Amino acid sequence: MADKILKKLNIKVWRQKNAASKGKFETYTIENISTGSSFLEMMDILNNELIEKGIDPIAFDHDCREGICGTCSLYINGRPHGPDTEVTTCQLHMRKFKDGETITVEPWRAAAFPVIKDLVVDRTAFEKILQAGGFISVNTGGVPDANAIPVAYEDAEEAMDAAACIGCGACVAACKNSSAMLFVSAKVSHLAKLPQGKVEAKKRALNMVAKMDELGFGGCTNTGACEVECPKSISITNIARLNREYLGARLSK
Amino acid sequence: MSKFLAASIGRKFLMSITGLFLVAFIAVHLIINLMLIFDDSGELFNLAAHFMATNPVIKIMEPLLGLGFLIHILWSFYLEYQNWRARPVKYNKKDASTSSTWASRNMLVLGALVLVFLIIHIINFFWVIKFEPHTLDTVIIGGEEMEDTYTLVSNLFKGSVAYCIFYILGGLLLGFHLSHGFWSAFQTLGINNNHWMKRWHVLGYIYAVIVAVGFSVIPLYFLIKF
Repeated sequence: MADKILKKLNIKVWRQKNAASKGKFETYTIENISTGSSFLEMMDILNNELIEKGIDPIAFDHDCREGICGTCSLYINGRPHGPDTEVTTCQLHMRKFKDGETITVEPWRAAAFPVIKDLVVDRTAFEKILQAGGFISVNTGGVPDANAIPVAYEDAEEAMDAAACIGCGACVAACKNSSAMLFVSAKVSHLAKLPQGKVEAKKRALNMVAKMDELGFGGCTNTGACEVECPKSISITNIARLNREYLGARLSK
Repeated sequence: MSKFLAASIGRKFLMSITGLFLVAFIAVHLIINLMLIFDDSGELFNLAAHFMATNPVIKIMEPLLGLGFLIHILWSFYLEYQNWRARPVKYNKKDASTSSTWASRNMLVLGALVLVFLIIHIINFFWVIKFEPHTLDTVIIGGEEMEDTYTLVSNLFKGSVAYCIFYILGGLLLGFHLSHGFWSAFQTLGINNNHWMKRWHVLGYIYAVIVAVGFSVIPLYFLIKF
């Protein structure tokens, strides 16, 4: 069956020339969009039309368009990655919208994620948090025998679930406090659950939290919005683990 | 210590610990209060209130409780200000209700309303019993003379429908505050995992309902019966 066509859509989008300028909303009208196209394809079509009219196209982040790289963002109709669950914006389809609707598109809003241009924000803050401890620096030697280091099934599963984080920043965008706790907890958890990562677990938790605070992210108030809006459904039980790791590390120092 | 309280998780730890302390206090407070409706002669409540006023353990806990309240309240305003600063430019369109509960997003609003209730509540009872005991009648129960706090409480509820409604609202607000606060305190302490997530939520809701219904039923009882 052929995809339906949305005859007319109003796209209310944040336009901002550069980091220093003030920025404001502009509304553009776009016609005949297939419900089978992705949200970013719709943005591409809109940008083509803008270029033909001599208007500067809308800048937005995108890369793999397969939902695995974490580059795309966008706060669409009041939700990070738009009105669908467990998807990134590139995997969001236009069938989630109604004909004639006005779609509001905003960049991630957080002091730690300043806008660079239009819908593109600077997420270097996440890299800085990773640089503060999101790695293993102990010598783990050569490749061990497959079962030489026993890892419980549950631990392996939880570590993999936490490692699914693609670092897109939807957790920060969704959080009413712009807290990065879900991101940091995922990065702390996927290492702390495994033998190689355990060695530096205490130092890692302390350093990554200190960096997160320094960069101006807010505190966690356990609303749980991050877990719901996370395209990879990272569980907030990771936040409990981060709290536990951090408090334990603080007590022993 | 200063380093601990400068970190976001350390700050939250303080909110969580004081919150759980207040949760324990509320349980004791509710148990004593319920004696108001199980004995219309007032003897049971007067005995309990007298015990609470003279018990050495409670006397030690009283200033600690005041401190717990102060920290939990003042600290919350400070933390909320910090969180507010973390998003200098607000969203134009928000659809927050799909991903979180209203109570979880409005703990400060709920807390502030409970604070308003608390201030009036203290003026109504605690202040009078503590600092103006001479204005109270006395009763003799079991050969011991004590303040007639039952009459103080029951007269307020019998004499004013407005106060009854105000106290019912106070109980409900506290219940909503606890519906998020209870499980959240354990999450912040790190005492949570996949198994306990649901359990803490259920326990939190049960406790919130007990508190909301328990405290509201007392003014409701006086409103209907007298």
